[in-house]
Amino acid sequence: MSHHIIEIEHLRHVYPDGTEALHDVTFSVTHGESVAVIGANGAGKSTLLAHLNGHLLSESGEVRIGHVPVSRASLDQVRRTVGMVFQDPDDQLFMPTVREDVAFGPMNLGITGEELKRCVADALCRVDAEHLAEKAPYHLSAGEKRRVAIATVLSMSPNVLVMDEPTNGLDPYARRQLIGLLKDFRHSKIITSHDLDMVLEVCERTIVLSGGAVRADGPTREIFRDERLLRECRLEKPLSMQGCPVCGG
Amino acid sequence: MASVHGALLDLKRLDRLAGGDTVLHRLDPRAKVLATLIFILCVVSFGRYELSALVPFLIYPAVLIAIGRLPAGYLASRVFLVFPFVVAVGIFNPFLDREVLFRLGDIGVTGGWISFASIMLRTALTVAAALTLTALTGFVPICRALVGLGMPKVFAMQLLFLYRYLFVLADEGGRAARAREMRSFGGKGRGLASYAPLLGHLLLRTWQRAERTHMAMLARGYNGMLPAAESRRPGLSDFLFILFWGGLLITLRLCNLPRLLGALVTGTLS
Repeated sequence: MSHHIIEIEHLRHVYPDGTEALHDVTFSVTHGESVAVIGANGAGKSTLLAHLNGHLLSESGEVRIGHVPVSRASLDQVRRTVGMVFQDPDDQLFMPTVREDVAFGPMNLGITGEELKRCVADALCRVDAEHLAEKAPYHLSAGEKRRVAIATVLSMSPNVLVMDEPTNGLDPYARRQLIGLLKDFRHSKIITSHDLDMVLEVCERTIVLSGGAVRADGPTREIFRDERLLRECRLEKPLSMQGCPVCGG
Repeated sequence: MASVHGALLDLKRLDRLAGGDTVLHRLDPRAKVLATLIFILCVVSFGRYELSALVPFLIYPAVLIAIGRLPAGYLASRVFLVFPFVVAVGIFNPFLDREVLFRLGDIGVTGGWISFASIMLRTALTVAAALTLTALTGFVPICRALVGLGMPKVFAMQLLFLYRYLFVLADEGGRAARAREMRSFGGKGRGLASYAPLLGHLLLRTWQRAERTHMAMLARGYNGMLPAAESRRPGLSDFLFILFWGGLLITLRLCNLPRLLGALVTGTLS
């Protein structure tokens, strides 16, 4: 049995106001796969992510993480398996210092003493943020916040990383640094983003959501070559796949 | 909103001061909190016409500021910020209490003026002590120390979250206010009517953020209590600090040093 497998079957979600955010979504992600979920605003990406760590529980259909259905009873295990990086790092960094924030998850898992220290140092080292350990979150730059937010999740050694718009609001250098980081991770990854060039570099597979349903699911390059599909889903070819705007080459 | 923003930058400066590295910065926060609590208790427990006995208490903030190498001018200017509020509280005393207590030449000094001055001095002392404590310790360690001294954890959690999200909220509020200003072209915009929905939106956004933060906490195994920071044992210097200041402050509270000195001087003169 692998903890790294995510299976979603016939998932449907209706918000209390009657909006159907997800409509019969089915796909699975296997060990070590890097999958992008893309789609227009309001296509259902965030709702889908909220199901992956049990913030929303499926009313119809099923979500299984490592073959265990996500339910109230399995929440603890699911949250340990799936590390979730939020879109706005300010939502995720709530402790007074970076070190305490990175230690928050492991401490809740009952890790203490030397092991805790090692675990925190390791996570910070992996995102190149050891020097930020004693800083307060509101003293960090956007790029630093993002890296630390990832460390807070890595410190729990999750098997699956789920990220919501990881490159949002980063400068080109910080974005490049993050892409390097993401490529290095051996976890199964699910990433939602509008940064299609990043998707092209990091994810070998892409799922296109449109109106709450899976519109396409396949190798990233193939999907991005299908201009009609992209247009219909309010998307666009990544810039790196478009011709040069100056020479047309 | 601009002034709110300025005040927050100020908070950040206090926070940075707490990153200093002097003997006082290194003391256990609990020792500093306890000494400051003793100080405040001593100062506020004097009778309302007491003035001379309060003066020696200046030594506590003064010595801490000197040894902690804190910017005295900056802290003093922060103390003056509270004075308008204090004046509002105490200004009626001189009108209500007209009994003449003593005379300076031809001028009769009434009890009202004395108690007014006493209120001002007390405020200056307590606020200075609290600011010095924050600048030497940092807000978060103070919260932790208060828990260590018996404050319920729920309050500490509330305070920590308040402090963390104050900056985020002020940023959001500041941006919204600026956006409103830029479209009102120097006029009043639509006055108060435009502030009401602005505040409403801010409240709703705060609400949503709280929900997302809670989600982030749950995702990392939050179970109702923040894990406690690893506590350290108080050392000898911490005990000496408490002993010294506790002893000195309580002595100053019990015997009026200026009056004793005065008696001594007039005694030797006569």
